[in-house]
Amino acid sequence: MKNKSLVSIEDYGKEGMLKILELADYFEKNPNQKILEGKVIASLFFEPSTRTRLSFESAINKLGGRIIGFSDANSSSVTKGESLKDTIITVSKYSDLIVMRHPLEGSAKFASEISDVPIINAGDGANQHPTQTLLDLYSIYKTQGTLENLNIFMVGDLKYGRTVHSLIMALSHFNPTFNFISHEKLKVPTEYKLHLDDLGIKYYEHSEFTDIISRADIIYMTRVQRERFSDPLEYEKTKNIYVLKKDMLVGTKDNLKILHPLPRVNEISEDVDDSKEAYYFTQALNGVYTRQAIIAATLGLV
Amino acid sequence: MKQEQKLSVSAIKNGTVIDHIPANNLFKVIRILGLENLEKQATFGTNLGSKKLGKKAIVKLTDKYFEDDEINRLILVAPEARLNIIKDYHVIEKKQVELPDEIIGISKCVNPKCVTNHENVLPKFNVMPAKDGVSLKCQYCEKITDKDNIEFIL
Repeated sequence: MKNKSLVSIEDYGKEGMLKILELADYFEKNPNQKILEGKVIASLFFEPSTRTRLSFESAINKLGGRIIGFSDANSSSVTKGESLKDTIITVSKYSDLIVMRHPLEGSAKFASEISDVPIINAGDGANQHPTQTLLDLYSIYKTQGTLENLNIFMVGDLKYGRTVHSLIMALSHFNPTFNFISHEKLKVPTEYKLHLDDLGIKYYEHSEFTDIISRADIIYMTRVQRERFSDPLEYEKTKNIYVLKKDMLVGTKDNLKILHPLPRVNEISEDVDDSKEAYYFTQALNGVYTRQAIIAATLGLV
Repeated sequence: MKQEQKLSVSAIKNGTVIDHIPANNLFKVIRILGLENLEKQATFGTNLGSKKLGKKAIVKLTDKYFEDDEINRLILVAPEARLNIIKDYHVIEKKQVELPDEIIGISKCVNPKCVTNHENVLPKFNVMPAKDGVSLKCQYCEKITDKDNIEFIL
């Protein structure tokens, strides 16, 4: 993995993903490594995503790198009508690596074709967000000690949730059993189920969020977004069904951990936060180590 | 009918004849193969009778030969096309359109949020067999454009 852009989670095979997890573990133990000394990293956020941007910037700072860039398109030359192509070519002259977030799908792949320096995709519309997937994998790996043969429950918006789809694809290398819990209108798209069928991976779909979670090793909660429903009443009803409450954790497995890509609205009630199963804030911290690993690997520094 | 056809589209000595083009796609075939800028003798016939296609078109090109890759670009507009390679008035080889691995710059991506619909970038697709012909998977946004949604950008 030398000087190679990370556009899609499919760019890393199983071995590539495990290599990143190993590196993330190394950076967790030794977070302040000045391996980016003298390097300039461009952080181009064509749409705001404060959480992802700060996580990247924290990772870069811990590695001793310098950051240039912008945090939304309004403060960039995009407002003057500059094309993405010109922006990327120019910035690639100023920097050693570009981290980019862009609302258009496929924009990171396009940028990787025209840039002189590697691109790390920090989200391209509804398409890919591979660093999120890798930090999810790292969180699962760290809490379970393995990625193999786990019982993974996914809850909420499984239709539009890009993190859900990428995580299904990534975990499908590790023989999981999936349980999908969602409203009828927010089920996992057929293409992903066909993929699981092809690989002989077991999955079960449920519409009720009940004590079936007693079998779970991981519960991956997601936010149900208002704009997914044309009927506001249906949204109001749905958002209150797929909520994880503290009393539901009685009788669950000892190793159970709850993950969430954040931001959370109401789908995990706040009384869950101080339970031993709650892991979502540590998961966010894992994002920093994982991004340190990805940056170091992308630049061929490790 | 047969006599008229012969009169309107005469034989060539050396070159390529492309037959079984759907009549309504003749001009797309011309553009995909870049025949607009061809400096050699060319004959185009269209709305000719065909048992298979109803109305077909035919292209006869003197001293012009194609690579397989060029021919396979016709998969979206003339999948049934047959090529006859002519030497000295005789057909010395026949070719047909085969499934290419990728299609570049012929049709648009169906996804309105795809970068190819906003930036100056040629759409590129991986070609996948489908029930009714082919479907295209965008190499940028990864969305599928199926046969019914293909919009040409020629």
